[in-house]
Amino acid sequence: MIADLTETIVKILFIFSINVGFYAPILGWVERKQSALMQDRVGANRANIFNFKIIGLFHPIADAVKVLTKEDFIPEGADKFFHTLAPFLSLTPAIVTFAVIPFGGAYELWGHPVKLVIADLNVGMLFIFAFASLSTYGVVLGGWSSNNNWSLLGGLRASAQMLSYEVAMGLTLIGVFMVYGSLRLTDIGMIQENFFRWGIFMQPLGFVLFFTCAIAENKRAPFDQPEAESELVAGYFTEYSSMKFVMFWMGEFLEIVTISGIVTTLFFGAWHLPFVTDQMLVSFFAGAGPNGAALLAMLVNVVVFFAKVSFFIWLMMTIRWTLPRFRYDQVMRLGWKMLLPLALINIFITGIVLLV
Amino acid sequence: MTDSAKNLHTEQMVINMGPSHPVTHGTVKFTVTLDGETIDDLKVDIGYLHRGFEKMCENGTWEQVMPYTDRLNYVSPLINNVGYALAVEKLFGVQAPERCQYIRVIISEMARICDHFTNIAAGAMEVGAMTVFLYFVEARDLLWDLLEELCGARVTANYVRFGGVKNDLPEGFGAKTAQAFETCRKLWVDVDKLLTKNRIFIDRMRDVGTMPAQEAIAHGFTGPCLRASGVPYDVRKAQPYLVYDQMDFEVPVGETGDNFDRYLVRMEEINQSMRIVEQALARIPRGPINLDMPALRWQSKDDTYNRIEALIFHFKTVTEGVKPPAGEIYSAVEGANGELGFYLVSDGSGKPVKCRVRPPCFPLTAAMPRMMRGRLIADIVPTFDMINMIGGECDR
Amino acid sequence: MSTNVTLDKLSRQFPRSVVETHTHRGDATAIVRKDEILAICRFLRDDPELAYDFMMDLTAVDYLGKEPRFEVVYHLYSLSKNQRVRIKARVPEADCTIDSIVSIWVAADWFEREVFDLYGIIFNGHPNLKRLLLYEGFEGHPLRKDYPLKKRQPLIGPLN
Repeated sequence: MIADLTETIVKILFIFSINVGFYAPILGWVERKQSALMQDRVGANRANIFNFKIIGLFHPIADAVKVLTKEDFIPEGADKFFHTLAPFLSLTPAIVTFAVIPFGGAYELWGHPVKLVIADLNVGMLFIFAFASLSTYGVVLGGWSSNNNWSLLGGLRASAQMLSYEVAMGLTLIGVFMVYGSLRLTDIGMIQENFFRWGIFMQPLGFVLFFTCAIAENKRAPFDQPEAESELVAGYFTEYSSMKFVMFWMGEFLEIVTISGIVTTLFFGAWHLPFVTDQMLVSFFAGAGPNGAALLAMLVNVVVFFAKVSFFIWLMMTIRWTLPRFRYDQVMRLGWKMLLPLALINIFITGIVLLV
Repeated sequence: MTDSAKNLHTEQMVINMGPSHPVTHGTVKFTVTLDGETIDDLKVDIGYLHRGFEKMCENGTWEQVMPYTDRLNYVSPLINNVGYALAVEKLFGVQAPERCQYIRVIISEMARICDHFTNIAAGAMEVGAMTVFLYFVEARDLLWDLLEELCGARVTANYVRFGGVKNDLPEGFGAKTAQAFETCRKLWVDVDKLLTKNRIFIDRMRDVGTMPAQEAIAHGFTGPCLRASGVPYDVRKAQPYLVYDQMDFEVPVGETGDNFDRYLVRMEEINQSMRIVEQALARIPRGPINLDMPALRWQSKDDTYNRIEALIFHFKTVTEGVKPPAGEIYSAVEGANGELGFYLVSDGSGKPVKCRVRPPCFPLTAAMPRMMRGRLIADIVPTFDMINMIGGECDR
Repeated sequence: MSTNVTLDKLSRQFPRSVVETHTHRGDATAIVRKDEILAICRFLRDDPELAYDFMMDLTAVDYLGKEPRFEVVYHLYSLSKNQRVRIKARVPEADCTIDSIVSIWVAADWFEREVFDLYGIIFNGHPNLKRLLLYEGFEGHPLRKDYPLKKRQPLIGPLN
């Protein structure tokens, strides 16, 4: 009992520190550096502590100090309660959804079985969908409660867009579940121990569709209509400042991490290296004793998982700095007239293949 | 429409886009009446950058107008310089020496390239392609470096003089230009790859802000926007000035007159302008760069201090200004946005009676409501960019 | 004594209205009476031999001290004939109005508003004759020669 509790707390702390402590601040820096690389610029390199700059890595600290000391501004005529609630609704789901994503396999340490996932739900994917829909409320409330026309338009666009793409995204994943026969993400991860059963080979179309929908769900370019700065100033968070603004911003970055985590888990072999089974890893480290071997294997798996996650984060950044933005009606057309039918076809084909 | 939709209570939303809004990069205000996302009505409100250009000109001497023209279209100031100098020379009835005419062609075309670079860059940025923006701004910067070397300023050039230019081309200008153009062409190809076949970009630009040829003419469109509608009107070809008649270049025209055609026309004009610059640099003759007409030009410092006649003329032109004969003329050059006309009225004194600029983007901006009614709010962004409204020129 | 086709045709068609024609530095100019400006403009646009389809520029000049004081200046361009012409209509200060030509060239809309704004010349029949460059509440018309260069305007608050 105590061991289970300790294990869960350690895992929560680990994920929390990785996501909120590492990814959320570092992604702001990564985005700047990535765009700078693509645009022949130097990028963020000014923040320094005693003239030490280390390629601009102090910028997240400078940003944090800046946003924490800014005035928290609530515009006149805004609904104070909802205006304050919205950023929380936007950030919380982004943090919570990572609970069901496995970042490593199952191991046995000192006779105690350890599964590297915070909550091994049998409806894992549904849980993620449920919470992803919750974040829509944050956006819509933020847009509505700000008493600003731009925010309102942004909020409306966001709600329509997120709802539409959730449909296509859900249908896409049905194909994946049909192949793996489970909604539990750890099961899906286990099955992908076999390199030829990775999701990208079983569901190539599903991967493309899911990744597109996920970017749209995340509201990043080319799907950033809700905040399209040239049209709507900043969309639903026009009237946010200080820490509340950062909560939206962190929510967005954590969603990127979550999406990359899901893509890795569903389509890219979760924590597995290609052609390397868990058993092979453990026997490779057999010299370190049973517990040491399990620990080392665990370490390799976790590193592999987060390396894959980082790759997809990078991919999303690259896409964001390459493509222009859609028009609002084009986004809706793409969602309903292209992705949705394709997702249905994907299910259909998967069904036929499974039957045959 | 079903009954319930009819009975549903809806109201239109009026929003003010500007004068300080990301899309209105020339301080202009759109009062947009929205029905959902659809534009029911759009009113354009200009004048936020009105500095009383004509009033200032009427109260200064003819030369003092030259720096003001820099601030009209501040993205391609050299074309304004050239246009104004040509107008005053027409008033005098004189022509600049041949070498000077070549220099003027070179700087005009460089300014045009800069303008198109900026326009496409900004247009791409506003539809979300920030990377393209920085590519073309880098290309523009290379040309600005050249212009800085030539006239000492990047934006406010004040380089052209009546009957000549301020100074000759610096040493090695041709080689440096060739070098800069090489990089510009590479960046051009990059941008072409990023945009011209990009489905999202095409979707945003195609069939948006369409102007059929007849309507474009009626609205007074000129320049790339008119040519995008399929009308091959270019002052450089129609009424060649300077040495444009000796240059070999094409005038690209579009078909439908939508934003994508405007973009394509500008992209091709960058190429053609580079060709013109290269030809002009290859053929530029030796010779004087200024007319030997002391009443027309400021004397060089050397002459002023060493020759008594030059000193007298210097005194006269500085205190009273040059004095064109009485009369009125209209002279047009092809600006980056279209026909840039100067209508000057002189009564024989040192100050203009009237110094009117025909701003090319003025009728284009006036046509915004015509192009935008019934479209989506997001369509304002690419259309307003391709119109290329420059506040300094439109508001004067 | 011009040999310009446009000016010849114009003088023949409107002998009463065309006061004077001349060509200076290659610019053909016709000075006309303001009463018939609409008919003249329509003729210039619709006559197949002239076909002035572009209204390039429209402005005014203030000749303070002369009578009539103002001149409204139209610069027209014919794309097919590649020709320009300048039409000038004199407007006295006492009757500071002229017919609007928006019905002939839509382009004239803003140009006329600008002239109204800066010179105070009223264009009859203009659909929306309001100030363009300056704000509502501005006093006077700054491009008139008797408007002092350094005149200050009263501060006004937001209109709504």
